[in-house]
Amino acid sequence: METQATGRKLTFEILRFDPHDPKSKPRMVNYELQEAPGMSIFIALTLIRETQDPSLQFDFVCRAGICGSCAMVINGKPMLACRTQTKIFPHPKITLMPMPVFELIGDLSVNTGKVMREISERVKTWIHDKRQDDIDVTRLEETMEPEVADHVYELDRCIECGICLAACGTKRMRDDFLGAVGFMKIARFLADPRDHRSDHDFYELIGNDRGVFGCMSLMGCEDFCPKELPHQEQIAYLRRRMVFDQQK
Amino acid sequence: MKVIYTDSLIIGGGLAGLRVAIACKERGHDAIVLSLVPAKRSHSAAAQGGMQASLGNSSKGQGDNEDVHFEDTVKGSDWGCDQRVARMFVNTAPKAIRQLAAWGVPWSRIQAGERSAVVNAERVTLTESLDAHGLINSRDFGGTKKWRTCYTSDGTGHTMLYAVDNRAIQDGVEVHERKEAIALIHEGDRCYGAIVRDLITGELSAYLAKATTIATGGYGRIYSITTNALICEGTGQALALETGKTPLGNMEAVQFHPTAIVPAGILVTEGCRGDGGLLRDVDGYRFMPDYEPDKKELASRDVVSRRMTEHMRKGKGVKGPFGEHLWLDITLLGREHIEKNLREVKEICQYFLGIDPVVDYIPVRPTQHYSMGGIRTNEKGAAYGLLGLFSVGEAACWDLHGFNRLGGNSVAETVVAGMLIGEYVADFVETHDLHLQRGLAMDFLNREKERITKLVERKSGEDAFTLKREMQDLMMDNVSVFRQGPVLEQGVAKLTELLERSRNLAVKNQKLHSNPELAEALKVQKMLKIAQCVTFGAAKRTESRGAHAREDFIYRDDANWLKRTLAYWDNPDDVLPRLEYEPLDLMSMELPPGFRGYGKKNIIDHPDTPKRLAEVEAVAAQHPDRFERQQALMKYDLPERYQGKNERLGKGFN
Repeated sequence: METQATGRKLTFEILRFDPHDPKSKPRMVNYELQEAPGMSIFIALTLIRETQDPSLQFDFVCRAGICGSCAMVINGKPMLACRTQTKIFPHPKITLMPMPVFELIGDLSVNTGKVMREISERVKTWIHDKRQDDIDVTRLEETMEPEVADHVYELDRCIECGICLAACGTKRMRDDFLGAVGFMKIARFLADPRDHRSDHDFYELIGNDRGVFGCMSLMGCEDFCPKELPHQEQIAYLRRRMVFDQQK
Repeated sequence: MKVIYTDSLIIGGGLAGLRVAIACKERGHDAIVLSLVPAKRSHSAAAQGGMQASLGNSSKGQGDNEDVHFEDTVKGSDWGCDQRVARMFVNTAPKAIRQLAAWGVPWSRIQAGERSAVVNAERVTLTESLDAHGLINSRDFGGTKKWRTCYTSDGTGHTMLYAVDNRAIQDGVEVHERKEAIALIHEGDRCYGAIVRDLITGELSAYLAKATTIATGGYGRIYSITTNALICEGTGQALALETGKTPLGNMEAVQFHPTAIVPAGILVTEGCRGDGGLLRDVDGYRFMPDYEPDKKELASRDVVSRRMTEHMRKGKGVKGPFGEHLWLDITLLGREHIEKNLREVKEICQYFLGIDPVVDYIPVRPTQHYSMGGIRTNEKGAAYGLLGLFSVGEAACWDLHGFNRLGGNSVAETVVAGMLIGEYVADFVETHDLHLQRGLAMDFLNREKERITKLVERKSGEDAFTLKREMQDLMMDNVSVFRQGPVLEQGVAKLTELLERSRNLAVKNQKLHSNPELAEALKVQKMLKIAQCVTFGAAKRTESRGAHAREDFIYRDDANWLKRTLAYWDNPDDVLPRLEYEPLDLMSMELPPGFRGYGKKNIIDHPDTPKRLAEVEAVAAQHPDRFERQQALMKYDLPERYQGKNERLGKGFN
């Protein structure tokens, strides 16, 4: 699907809207740029802001696919804009929209931070261990099986970009649905022997249709997660664990 | 006017800032963290390869302890660091990592038995002992005697930041996101807080606090090509500098990392070389052993970056559309190792270069990476010149790193300094009252409001993006891996011109809220001042030390330059900083200046060096116990709760 494309004239069709300005109406605006080798959406948007329209809003921080700031809807699909190269698009017109689900700050910028903090508070994304503050840090650390540590890391790789929520059919229908990012966090702490919460404690957090039983299994999360986290597997696993908890 | 009161105001939501907030909160004080972005998106997340702590669990870490870590750190700094601070740091790093283990970082663990590794381009078999099974593992990094860098694959910063931010959420630390501090509130010798601009609404408010801590990271973005995130612009340092009271230390000490990809400038971790990766030239030839037969690819970062630059100057670089580069070869590590321990590297190569590092070489070159300089503080993190102002992490010149930081010592510094300075900030908060300086806050707020109004109302003038780009290109060309007097002077002149032009900035978009151009315009003069401190400091330092390599002064001149640069900005209209120098006390050094062991020994000795060496030898002879010896040589202080010795496998507390 990669095309040899340098020297193309690209057209970026971008949603422009400032919700803080009562006079502003949502509209699509076109910007033209000459494609350069290695051009990413990050480079393109920076150029547009610096040379064509300084009011254009978007968010980039690490620009290396690590921090999760820059997710947006590119040609209809939620993706990390910093690591998306323009050359992967055969057609020279590229449409950019902000992610749905989140509060719009302006143009392509949405408030993911607020939602992620709420999710953290809702599912209590920290190690629950009453002895945690009494551990003597001068002593050898507690051991952990290497493969368990690796597995926890695997599930801890989420960068809270919000793509799984933007791609989620259930989330679009009900705002209080936790979504894959929250389930992955539960899975991460459930897999971690340092967290002493019981299955029942987790059931209290996700054992309803706002939680893991609300998932309609459309699996947009699995399809678009930029870190290729095992959402499908973990959601299925959580459902089973939660059902077993109720049968105990 | 909105005024927010708190005990402890922390500017910056990365690892260092969050850790200070947690320390304050746990001591029962209110803490508010201001952050440009959601805290978990801070640049700490980008640290890949690991955190140094002398646990000595793994077979290649055997025999490691605080003394070895101390020696590596001081040598790495080219004797530019504060040795007391280095001692505080190495003694606390094992505690920090063990605390983070309890807080949820999934550190990679040791598997007992045999495993295959690559050392010096050869496959070797390492055997891990049964009692080490399940303890925290470590890998090799540059400039270290032992394998000391603890890691979670190559996502170490990410897992650390997530664990620490989760802990902050657990503790109820308030993080005010998308807020930018634009000025400190101060009077006389006291700092009272900051004027803060909301990046969404444009609203200005005053945050008044007993203690204000700046933890905003480095200033890499004054360069056009840097591994740093877009938010690492040095504006935290500028807040302190613009008070006219607080100096910045060693701003000329700027690290270039040997392996960032070309052209994007994104880092690929030192862990690539630590795990056995090699540097190759245009002919595919492994050149580092010719320059550094002992440490080869794992010499200190400043050394490798210079050797790479030298090699490219000899015509051995690979020419490409984005200038010259060299190759990083990790193909010899094998697919399994890369997909487990260097997976971010693999992802970066795949998305940004379209290559697979399992079979392809990675195009790399030395790229701006770390700011050793920063807000000058004492050992307790208190900034010089203003009571109630603290700084921590990369933003500060606590002076752990001197003129060159070791890989793995930066994320380590963030959490260690966060723990220690967090205690000192809490001490300060306990012993000082909150001053309800409403009037003063109002004065500062009005001053900033007026500055913004003037900027927005100016009909035509300089463009912020253009000024910034000119500065970034100039820093790249004039203040790089190798430096020369006339080129630096030219840089100073150009920055002077840019600073003058920055007084006539105008914006095309006059909106006060969510206006990226206005945010840029409010920052660019701050960045120019930082760039000028770096360049002017570099021009005046007529020696070579660590990352500051002068081609016209190739010696490390201990006789004249065993001192730290302090840069003051006395008046807002100045175009140059005023430099002062703070001597390093050689006669109290635990490790007197010596040779780092790279290349030729180009050192002009300090006259006191032999005397101190003799003293150190005499004291060492009297104290066979390493702890007593250390205390006899150089005393240092730590908060009481972190004073203990560290236990090690098979060694107990010895």
